[in-house]
Amino acid sequence: MSDELKHTSRRAFLKGGAAVMAGSVAGAATAQSADPLITEVQDWASFTGDGVDATPYGLPIEHEADVIRRNVPWLTADPISSINFTPIHALDGTITPQGCAFERHHSGAIELRKDDYRLMINGLVDRPLVFSYEDLERFPRENRVHFCECAANTGMEWAGAQLNGVQFTHGMIHNMEYSGVPLRALLEEAGLDTAGDLADKWVYVEGADASSNGRSIPMEKALDDCLVAFKANGEALRKEHGYPVRLVVPGWEGNLWVKWLRRIEVMDGPVESREETSKYTDVLADGVARKWTWVMDAKSVITSPSPQSPIKHGNGALVISGLAWSGHGRITRVDVSKDGGMTWETARLGSTQGDSKALTRFYLDTEWNGEDWLLQARAMDETGYVQPTKDQLREVRGENSIYHNNCIQTWHLKSNGEAENVEVS
Amino acid sequence: MSKFLKVLAATSVLASPVLAEGKLGLGREALPEEVAAWDIDVRPGGMGLPEGRGDAFNGEEVFAEKCASCHGDFAEGVDNWPVLAGGFDTLADKDPVKTVGSYWPYLSTVWDYVNRSMPFGAAQTLTNDEVYAIVAYILYSNDLVDDDFELSHENFAEFEMYNQAGFVIDDRADTEYPMWRTEPCMENCKDIVEITMHASVLDVTPDEEGEAEGAAVSEEAAEEAVEVPVQEAALDPELVKTGEKVFKKCKACHQVGEGAKNRVGPMLNGIFGREFASIDGFKYSKVFIAAAEEGRIWDDGTMAEFLSQPRKYMKGTKMSFAGLKKDSDVDAVIAYLKSVDG
Repeated sequence: MSDELKHTSRRAFLKGGAAVMAGSVAGAATAQSADPLITEVQDWASFTGDGVDATPYGLPIEHEADVIRRNVPWLTADPISSINFTPIHALDGTITPQGCAFERHHSGAIELRKDDYRLMINGLVDRPLVFSYEDLERFPRENRVHFCECAANTGMEWAGAQLNGVQFTHGMIHNMEYSGVPLRALLEEAGLDTAGDLADKWVYVEGADASSNGRSIPMEKALDDCLVAFKANGEALRKEHGYPVRLVVPGWEGNLWVKWLRRIEVMDGPVESREETSKYTDVLADGVARKWTWVMDAKSVITSPSPQSPIKHGNGALVISGLAWSGHGRITRVDVSKDGGMTWETARLGSTQGDSKALTRFYLDTEWNGEDWLLQARAMDETGYVQPTKDQLREVRGENSIYHNNCIQTWHLKSNGEAENVEVS
Repeated sequence: MSKFLKVLAATSVLASPVLAEGKLGLGREALPEEVAAWDIDVRPGGMGLPEGRGDAFNGEEVFAEKCASCHGDFAEGVDNWPVLAGGFDTLADKDPVKTVGSYWPYLSTVWDYVNRSMPFGAAQTLTNDEVYAIVAYILYSNDLVDDDFELSHENFAEFEMYNQAGFVIDDRADTEYPMWRTEPCMENCKDIVEITMHASVLDVTPDEEGEAEGAAVSEEAAEEAVEVPVQEAALDPELVKTGEKVFKKCKACHQVGEGAKNRVGPMLNGIFGREFASIDGFKYSKVFIAAAEEGRIWDDGTMAEFLSQPRKYMKGTKMSFAGLKKDSDVDAVIAYLKSVDG
């Protein structure tokens, strides 16, 4: 019995779902017979467990082995230049553990030692400088929580409901607490007198990997809230997120968050690099493309119930849970609809509400008794922006933008507790 | 200057004084040769270009050798790799074809990207003249120039791309935000709601069950592999380890081990003792097919020769890798490949 319980998973649920459901009724259930998990002394209550040295650096317990990043192989030519997805259906709270936070590489995740790390600042600065990793740790540093969302998150859904799982539709996002040095401090160290009027100046930021991904950022943003980060969630960045140093560009698309940051050049114009012309530009219906679409607009999604996180507990109390975020600032409100957008009720924001340009958790504590629901969430941010429907977005942009799809998502919750990605009128 | 900058320049951040001299005295001055080594970006109009030249005719040869294995001989793209040519006037179609010719607004972007990031798996190995030649060939493959067209630092700025005027600066603040910064509807927002599309119909979602089971199988397989007694002389584990590191140079194109598939190059499981060009479904170069017809076999000797000087040993191979310079690296890769033989 305990073995079977151990392996209860979505798979088992889906196969034996009906039986499980039949056993549960609304309200407090009555036990048919005494539960051996309670009446019999279990192994773990009698024998000893692992000693303190069993896992010098711990991974999640094996029963959580399905909480992993997943890839959509048909999306890209090769996993070395590709993306995978955060299992947001299985997480709660707001902080994304580094080990399952999505990865996007253009030439693979490189191994760069701190000793071999150099950061150059050049261009229109008073003194071009080279910093070592140790130098960076001697600047006054800050801790800030921010979401990093790939501009292509939800990009496969423009033409219709396509991928059946919130991990795949919305998982190109993570949210971490970064420790680092404000980019402003490094620029000031190099001196910006030479640059003159800063209003029309840019910084070009570039990585040390083989793609040497480079993006141009207006000086305004560079001096505002960008962070040169070396720790995330309290520990060193993971290799796949740019160890030892990456750029954090709060609220702006993930492609700007250059990993393995090696060079910052102050310029009098943008480079118009490959990633800011041929990619990360949004083709509109008439064929004209928007460029410099840096900000990630307000967005939200229900993470549970969702296709990968069906209702397993039967009728009665249900927690609907999800994430909301905005590149413009704080999330002020999230509404949830159960009828595909006809009526809405306001959800409860989780405890970490108030972080700007960071994930906000929302909950709707409700009751479900096997109804057919069309579940939606709708975010509002502090600028008063209300997350649009897919039709509203398509009316302005057409279906070929790829990037910046922040539409309202619909899950069809069925009477058996399963959910499906659908589009509604 | 963008509207974004104009608006913000008037406000907060730029207005506050940027700290003057003094500071923390951290870092050291970058030497001119260091700046020159890393500051290689090229901007619209050709700003930052090094001197050099190359024509489309020569570019075709370089492209065939270094680029065509992914992008195709005619820049048409192999498998899921980017198409570089054609697609003109499709940007408003249902499925736009965004190529260098049809979409990229600046030629400088092509030069900069080829120079810094290509070829995939061997970035920053091209000479300046090769980059000019490749860029000229990409223009030729887009029917934008004739095959005798020579591109150089001198005529670079004259070239205007087809879609240069096809971009507008982010206008969401005008076209979208006013519409969506309104009090949202809470009740009777629609008369009727119908499902218009199901993700299950397309059925393109990766199968979680399959993945989970696949992982379990591979663990078992790995255990079995450990138990199988090694037939030949035991491999030196240190050498295998070194080989695994050196193999990083090959990984962009070749897979090996459990579940290895053909990529840009064929998968390498069980290569030793196998005939040349014997993996089904891989399009080999002519020289490999000829070698297979001769019945040539991969062994330590043939592998070492190929890895040292691929293009000399197999003249005409599509493999763009220049070869391993150190014999010790060659031995290590051979040991590594043997160690992962399924």
